[in-house]
Amino acid sequence: MMALLAGRLAWRQLVSSRARLVSAIAGVMFACVLVFMQLGFRAALFDSASNLPRALQGELFLVNPLTLVMFRPEPIARVRASQTLADADVAQAVPIYLAQAKFRNPETGKQRTIQLIGFDPEAGAVDFAGLRPLVPALKRIDTIGFDRRSRPEFGDIAGRLEQGGPFEVEVGGRAVVVVGLVSLGTSFGADGNAVMTETNFRRIVKERPASKTDLVAIRLKPGADAQAVQARLARLLPPDVMVLTGAELIAWERAYWESGTPIGFIFSFGSLMGLVVGMVIVYQILFSDIATHLREYATLKAIGYSNHYLRLVVMAAALMLAVLGFVPGFLGSIGLYGLVAKVTLLPLGMAADRAVTVFALIFVMCAVAGLLAMRKLGEADPADMF
Amino acid sequence: MRPVVVRPVELSGVSYTYEKGDRPVLREVALEIGPGEIVLLTGPSGSGKTTLLTLIGALRALQAGSCRVLEQDLAKADEAGRVALRRRIGFIFQQHNLLGFLTARQNVAMALEIDAGTAERDRMTRAGAMLAAVGLGDKTESLPGQLSGGQRQRVAVARALVGQPGLVLADEPTAALDRQSGQDVVRLLTDLARQRAVPILMVTHDPRILDIADRIVAMEDGRIVG
Repeated sequence: MMALLAGRLAWRQLVSSRARLVSAIAGVMFACVLVFMQLGFRAALFDSASNLPRALQGELFLVNPLTLVMFRPEPIARVRASQTLADADVAQAVPIYLAQAKFRNPETGKQRTIQLIGFDPEAGAVDFAGLRPLVPALKRIDTIGFDRRSRPEFGDIAGRLEQGGPFEVEVGGRAVVVVGLVSLGTSFGADGNAVMTETNFRRIVKERPASKTDLVAIRLKPGADAQAVQARLARLLPPDVMVLTGAELIAWERAYWESGTPIGFIFSFGSLMGLVVGMVIVYQILFSDIATHLREYATLKAIGYSNHYLRLVVMAAALMLAVLGFVPGFLGSIGLYGLVAKVTLLPLGMAADRAVTVFALIFVMCAVAGLLAMRKLGEADPADMF
Repeated sequence: MRPVVVRPVELSGVSYTYEKGDRPVLREVALEIGPGEIVLLTGPSGSGKTTLLTLIGALRALQAGSCRVLEQDLAKADEAGRVALRRRIGFIFQQHNLLGFLTARQNVAMALEIDAGTAERDRMTRAGAMLAAVGLGDKTESLPGQLSGGQRQRVAVARALVGQPGLVLADEPTAALDRQSGQDVVRLLTDLARQRAVPILMVTHDPRILDIADRIVAMEDGRIVG
């Protein structure tokens, strides 16, 4: 009951000065949007980093233990793929070739690096949206499928395909025909993707010996225990490859970006800065509220209100600001996510767990600002009132 | 047998020295206020009147001497005990010190809200009645900024009295007011206090209001001189 009355007093004080309330809400909202954007970018980075591993259909994968990140793979011996077939539960082992090459924009002639993904499209170990109908066309010599979610700097490939059908582009210094579109998505490691058969991959990436591949997707027979097979393969194969499950492959790709690069730290730091700025704004508002009402606060102490009660009032005001600033900050961030996702083609969107996290952060931010501002209450000395 | 008279204020041997000060501002002060008695405290500035008022009002911790206010021994009281005692005292300051963002009625009700057990409707009714008693029945919903200086001080009087205090302490309540409204406020305060038999201890310099007192106590240099 006491807390309710203190809250009501805090509310009445907050709404009594509209200008101050608006600037306080704007401050919290600002911090909110900043943190949402930073955490959103961070999540988008990690999500997009795992675009490729998530599109792979295998239960198990072979990678070189020295590989740090998929856009810069260390090669593994192609023969390891065949060796896995020694296990009775392995149905299929599909080598996947990864490389980056220059793609010449057919409109401007400018070059940009694109991610090449080579594999046997009939094996079914890779399933990008739109791949199936392209398989016959991809089997022809010097053909590629283009990722429609690539960055626009590669040119309006989709538009040209729609208008004039398959057309020639230059990839890695070689003329190839774009025969269709798949959907995969950009990542921080790749601005765009092109898929092709092993043969066509090697015709573009000539320095690559056929005996070396980059990743092997293993499909198991129905009912096989992936973990048991993983353990058996790890014993069977030499230590120049490691055997990962699909989830481990995704986690391993994410881990590179999270801990192997300063990017994760940069976004955490950006979030922290947003919180600090927001806290300073809220602190300023609460502090000046107390400072300008010091006589009134001292009067309340004189007529019998405890320090504790007045602290409750300050804390209630801080937490009200947290809620009042979060709601528009949350809605604004949803809008901004849509906008930024459109521009950057990153998978940016609001997530419930992130909303909860940001609300908790904003709540703590306001509470800390309240605690700091409370110290000013000590100056309200009722003995000075006479 | 004569009934035992419990005096609202009984103090003796009270001395006080400020931390920074080198000499005491109060020296061996003794003062008693009887039930319903209206006492004026006068004296030159620096004579210790205000310090005495803050000690009796439990706004400062007692250093030396004995001081009983509303049957509470202040020598033994801690901060919580002093806060509890303050709730039973009505304070009136030189400035009205009303909360600018609350209406007159809400300001008066603040003195009742300390006891969270009271009902909101009850608090509002009592605050309204008290405002009517100080002649502001038509201003209950006004903000302090919309009232004149005299009206604000009358709201402060209502706030001091609405909790049915056992004692009213006032520090030059007319200081910020013009002559007429100052007199009106003090007369209103003393009339209401007499009706309710509430004792008042009032510091004042104002010679025009000396006639309202039952007793005038003069202080000089930390001592009561008459």
